[in-house]
Amino acid sequence: MDINSNKYTYIFSIIMVIVVAALLSYTALSLKAPQEANIELEKKQEILLSINVKVEREAAGKAFDKYIKQSLVIQGGKVLEKPTVPAFSIDMASTVAKPGPERELPLYVAEVDGKEFYILPVRGKGLWGPVWGNVAMEKDGNTVYGVTFGHKGETPGLGAEISLPIFTDQFKGKKISEGTEFVSIEVRKGEATTAHQVNGISGGTITSVGVQDMLKDCLAPYADYFLSLSNAPKDSAL
Amino acid sequence: MSSEVKTAPKEGLFSKKNRQLLKDPFNMQNPVTVQVLGICSSLAITVKLQPAIVMGVSVLAVVAFSNLITSLMRNLIPNRIRIIVQLVVVAALVIVVDQILKAYVYDVSKQLSVFVGLIITNCILMGRIEAFALSNSPWKSFLDGIGNGAGYAAVLIIIAFIRELLGSGQLYGVQVIPHSWYIQNGGFYSNNGFMLLPPMALIVVAVIIWIQRSKFKSLIEE
Repeated sequence: MDINSNKYTYIFSIIMVIVVAALLSYTALSLKAPQEANIELEKKQEILLSINVKVEREAAGKAFDKYIKQSLVIQGGKVLEKPTVPAFSIDMASTVAKPGPERELPLYVAEVDGKEFYILPVRGKGLWGPVWGNVAMEKDGNTVYGVTFGHKGETPGLGAEISLPIFTDQFKGKKISEGTEFVSIEVRKGEATTAHQVNGISGGTITSVGVQDMLKDCLAPYADYFLSLSNAPKDSAL
Repeated sequence: MSSEVKTAPKEGLFSKKNRQLLKDPFNMQNPVTVQVLGICSSLAITVKLQPAIVMGVSVLAVVAFSNLITSLMRNLIPNRIRIIVQLVVVAALVIVVDQILKAYVYDVSKQLSVFVGLIITNCILMGRIEAFALSNSPWKSFLDGIGNGAGYAAVLIIIAFIRELLGSGQLYGVQVIPHSWYIQNGGFYSNNGFMLLPPMALIVVAVIIWIQRSKFKSLIEE
């Protein structure tokens, strides 16, 4: 058969495409389980890091079960009794796209050495792509205990510094509310003076503002929940 | 003499010519320093040794097997669509490699990020298939692929060695420069942060090319 005829060329391409497609789908399917396990462990590792528990990725699964006592789903300031998806499986990107009260947000309750913490996942936009993180709060639901931030592709040396301790360590001890009012944390140019401010990254202004907007946007629905917690005993006393 | 007698009737698996295919790409025909192919990835992923080694091995596997597969099909490929066929072979192999890395060396695959996908556009691959595999037997093409992949990996590892040592004072993630040497610990030493940036990789490649060409004068262009 003439290998340069049209007919042969078509037959060759069709067979090639089918063979390659079959091969690739087989590879993708057979490797799916370990790949998903990796992503899940990494997520657990990041959550634990916000409460200062540093574990290797392989050990993250066990550590997560040990420290995380409860995984709740919050909507409109209340705990959902029957969430549509479990807290850990919530896709932050799609839930954050909804207006605040409609979001179904995960909330992890952790216990380390007898102290209780809340861990709130957050997600927003940086300069080049999404930024995300986990904010760990102390039991009062107001004081920040620790944060971790991650990013898809911020500029190394500039915006990418948000994931480094030099930036994240500043958040420890900051407050997200004043009395009953939610104020969030400002990422400032220049000196941070109050309990609601941290120092931004010079050269990473847009990423810094992205982090600030992310905190404001994502912490507000949680703040409603914390306020309802601190109000609850008062209401019952009345 | 005796070895030639043994391989006389048919060319042996590792005849002199075949060994040459493996050896040449390390020096006189090095894909990076002589043919100046695959430069972009050698700048991007050579900050540390580990990703450089994984990248080198990945490229080696892809170039060897794409050469082999293309060579096996070389008499069946219609001439008009041969570039498309080469791309499909390379792309399929790269996707397989990417999936394997994601499943078994997740951290490294995160560091390599888009560069695994970009192996497809690495000029070494298309260059070797087009120039060699399409007109040579499968075994020779396979050796040529291994040789070129290893030549690429070798350069990558040399660059990464220099950059990781001078840039972060580590080798393969292990601290080799004593902590007490550092200025912040009262010593005299400081890491060269510039080594971590891509321009330094370019300069390191240039220095390697310089050294190589001053040793092997035949490489110098007119």
